[in-house]
Amino acid sequence: MSLRAHVVVRRGSLTLDVEVAVGDGEVLAVLGPNGAGKSTLLRVLAGLLLPDGGQVLVDGHRVWDAAGRHVPAHRRSLGMVFQDHLLFPHLSITDNVAFGLRSRGAKRAAARAAAAPWLDRVGLAGLGDRRPGELSGGQAQRAALARALVGDPRVLLLDEPLSALDARTRLTVRAELRRHLTDYAGSAVLVTHDPVDAMALADRVVVVEDGRVVQTGTPAEIARRPRTDYVARLVGLVLLPGTGTGAQVALDGGGAVAVAEEVAGPVFVAVRPESVALYLARPAGSPRNVWPLRLVAATPHGSVVRCDLAGEVPLTADVTATSFAELGLAPGADVWASVKAGEVAVYTR
Amino acid sequence: MSRAGRDGGVPAPLLVPALAAVAFLVLPLVGLVVRAPWSEIGPQLTRPGVGEALRLSLLSATLATAVSLLLGVPLAWVLARSAVRGRSLLRALVTVPLVLPPVVGGVALFLVLGRQGIVGRWLFEATGFALPFTTAAVVVAETFVAMPFLVISVEGALRAADARFEDAAATLGADRWTTFRRVTLPLVAPGIAAGAVLCWARALGEFGATITFAGNFPGTTQTMPLAVYLALQRDPDAAIVLSLVLLVVSLATLLLLRGRWLGRGVTSG
Repeated sequence: MSLRAHVVVRRGSLTLDVEVAVGDGEVLAVLGPNGAGKSTLLRVLAGLLLPDGGQVLVDGHRVWDAAGRHVPAHRRSLGMVFQDHLLFPHLSITDNVAFGLRSRGAKRAAARAAAAPWLDRVGLAGLGDRRPGELSGGQAQRAALARALVGDPRVLLLDEPLSALDARTRLTVRAELRRHLTDYAGSAVLVTHDPVDAMALADRVVVVEDGRVVQTGTPAEIARRPRTDYVARLVGLVLLPGTGTGAQVALDGGGAVAVAEEVAGPVFVAVRPESVALYLARPAGSPRNVWPLRLVAATPHGSVVRCDLAGEVPLTADVTATSFAELGLAPGADVWASVKAGEVAVYTR
Repeated sequence: MSRAGRDGGVPAPLLVPALAAVAFLVLPLVGLVVRAPWSEIGPQLTRPGVGEALRLSLLSATLATAVSLLLGVPLAWVLARSAVRGRSLLRALVTVPLVLPPVVGGVALFLVLGRQGIVGRWLFEATGFALPFTTAAVVVAETFVAMPFLVISVEGALRAADARFEDAAATLGADRWTTFRRVTLPLVAPGIAAGAVLCWARALGEFGATITFAGNFPGTTQTMPLAVYLALQRDPDAAIVLSLVLLVVSLATLLLLRGRWLGRGVTSG
């Protein structure tokens, strides 16, 4: 593991207490809502903020510990990409990219020469003489990435690198970032509140809520088996905690869900909204999972309408716009919702 | 008065005092121009002592600005960026010369740096050099009065500048000094320039502290404001011409300030 850290920061009502470990060539995404302490964690890893406790190790060397050791940011081998790129407005793009080499002792000409291939790699060849203000948001973020990577740092820290970009630019820059992260040999930590970034870019995901790690796993595990409401909502699942007995789960909030496998003890039931079917009358053929619910909100989502349902088992259903119209639904309507037992994911808590 | 579509009417209770204020501020300057002995300007300007006073004024104001930059920019950085305790007290102390009557400043300088002063005595005994009544004393007096203008202006620019650029520089291997030189300084350059121009203009017009601490010796300590004051006693025409010269220099400064820096400095900070 080339980056290993236990970070404790107390700031007013928030206590951040998080452990992370990232291997060489690995990308770790720190996923969490705003105010969860993600950026604070990143600033501690960079050495810009002194934590209240814990330790930070890079390649086994302590760069911060509670005993008083502190290697300041400028003496660590790191690169950082900020949400709003923070390119120096008074320097050309080439000089921005060459900045890290210059401040680490390279001569001006040598630094500029070393920066040029990086401009090519991020697709900014020929724009080196421009000022940051003359670039588009996507171009600026590419330049910021080149600036962070140019010294071949051991640790790469990315603080919401895509969230300031418009939706279309985000797609292309995300794809490029993925390519650069694949080539990158050091340890990368990506902080984001967007699950798509985490899923697309990371090898492993750490979910942080209220300053604590609530779940760790590969993107696929996180997407399939979320462990908190926040993650479930992010990945588009409805999460229902309960207790399993045989092929039946008694939900903590009341009601029961039939599942396709035998389970015992505390479990999560995860339901995909598109697997929920809605009817105006109790469906015939008596499926085992069927509940009378009330439609509380309906919002169009592309070609489907997302229906929030309240009642014994609170659910979300995605129905096609056509069937939504055919059912003649409106908020406040009483509906029957059903889910096949085989469509329900169940896993231990 | 306004030509835009909006009704630009000004109520009389505001219009009348406003016009009076304009007259009050502009008429004396008009008077200066009207009463100027235009035919004598050439001879007046070439009189002995005039060029000397002007040269001394420009030199001492420029030196005072240089000293203020050298000491004031670091002080502004400490006030804006560092975590030293008692910063607000420090800021209050630093800005005292802004509100202090300059003549009081002159007296205070004399008490500290004069031949019998707390520091001056030690300096005199060690080197035989006494600061008062020298050109260096003019620079010291002007620096004392003018530096706070620079400090306040640069501190404002530093506060308005985004400190996260400095974080970015740190992650790129720049220590705090390199960051200051290569990132902070260029970012606040407009603010520093505006502060320097203000400081220079204030130093150029300095009268009270200068005459108290440096005296009024033609060639060594007699700056333009002192020359104007003295000329008024014996030769009003000479005073008018000297005043016109200072007016032109001040107007040029103001134009420079507005055109190059003030507009941007004010909107950004």
